[in-house]
Amino acid sequence: MKAAAFDYAKPKALSEALAMLAEAGEDAQLIAGGQTLLATLNLRLSEPSILIDITNLDELKGISVVGDQLRIGALVTHTEIEDSKLIAQHAPLLKAAAPHVAHRAIRNLGTWGGSLAYGDPAAEWPACSLALNATMLIGGPDGERRISAQDFFIDLYTTSLEPNEILIAAEIPIASSNQVFYFHELARRHGDYAIAGVALVANKTGNVLSDCTFTFFSVCATPIMAKKAQALVDGKPLNDELIANAVDVTRQEIESIADITSSAETKQHLIGVLLERGLKHLIA
Amino acid sequence: MSLKKKITMTVNGLTVNAEIEPRRHLVDFLREDLHLKGPHLGCEQGACGACTVKVDGKIIRGCLYLAVQADGCVVETIEGLTKSGALADLQEAFMRHNAMQCGFCSSGMLLAAAELVEKQPKSTREEVREWISGNYCRCTGYHSIVDAIMAVLDARAKGEKMKPVVALA
Repeated sequence: MKAAAFDYAKPKALSEALAMLAEAGEDAQLIAGGQTLLATLNLRLSEPSILIDITNLDELKGISVVGDQLRIGALVTHTEIEDSKLIAQHAPLLKAAAPHVAHRAIRNLGTWGGSLAYGDPAAEWPACSLALNATMLIGGPDGERRISAQDFFIDLYTTSLEPNEILIAAEIPIASSNQVFYFHELARRHGDYAIAGVALVANKTGNVLSDCTFTFFSVCATPIMAKKAQALVDGKPLNDELIANAVDVTRQEIESIADITSSAETKQHLIGVLLERGLKHLIA
Repeated sequence: MSLKKKITMTVNGLTVNAEIEPRRHLVDFLREDLHLKGPHLGCEQGACGACTVKVDGKIIRGCLYLAVQADGCVVETIEGLTKSGALADLQEAFMRHNAMQCGFCSSGMLLAAAELVEKQPKSTREEVREWISGNYCRCTGYHSIVDAIMAVLDARAKGEKMKPVVALA
């Protein structure tokens, strides 16, 4: 199906983009990679009157280290993340996750910021941003604000972004030298939306994990952290018994929601499977 | 309501000027306005890969890209890439390994394979399978396509040329 008609504008600076957004109101959509937006428009699930193309905005580009933070601009594409040396060094979880994002042709256009702003529960970057304690930088008519990933994802396709705001970048604390991680997605076909997925990050000394994050995606309305399981594992020697306990605790604290692929029971089961595989991998 | 936009792009080496509606997808522009029927339309949702074309050296979904976004860009389709010889060894391998039946997926499949061969020349069979999982084929069952791509990776790694099965006129 073809999209309904719309106008198209390409501002040259963030200030210009924000002004256009303010003027157009709820009828406007931002387009960067457009890999989710254009599919949505093709199905006529949305009919904006104007698309504001933000791919010219320099403020949203680039990957850099700023102090102890890795700053990833909203316009950075999935392929750029996949190929980036800075990311391989300072946020290796993202490099591991990148090949799971759709397919190469989509990765060449789709963006970090687009994935975060859309907040699809099955998406990789929202889950990874939680797992890595990211901070989002948001631009609006009153200037910039910062918000932690934990507060950014509110509900299904709902983030903290207001209609008149633009996500500029997200910052991630650079990985410590003893950081370990595990990323896995279960899907019928490689590149499909996940049935269930996990991102585990921790600092590891011997077989003790500390500052651990256990983030699951595609099981609830937003990516979700198993905080009780994290607290259970944190600072203790990891063995089969502790892993089994963590799996039980996780299955109790997270309440999966069924979707087009699987029942809630299946997802509940898979949460435990993923956590077990991940924790065993981390101490292997 | 939608104002037409003036755009300029290079398509298969030729400069193209056009005035089009913003909602026109690149693949529709190429097929309907420029009569380049090589890229095909399958799902219009980005899943099947039949619409894959190259913009500024990278494969993209022609159905998830507006023609207006290609303003100032270099666009290449199977027609141009065949003429330039960029796909010659892949096309030879596809013929040799029976990797094409109806041909509907082939344009997208060849373009996807070409980017793999260029960017990840050390790919294993498993990695090739993952890479082309974004291109549906309803005819071949995929193995012959993977065989063809592996043959090209192998030949290139050894610095060998693909021996032609058919001499082109």
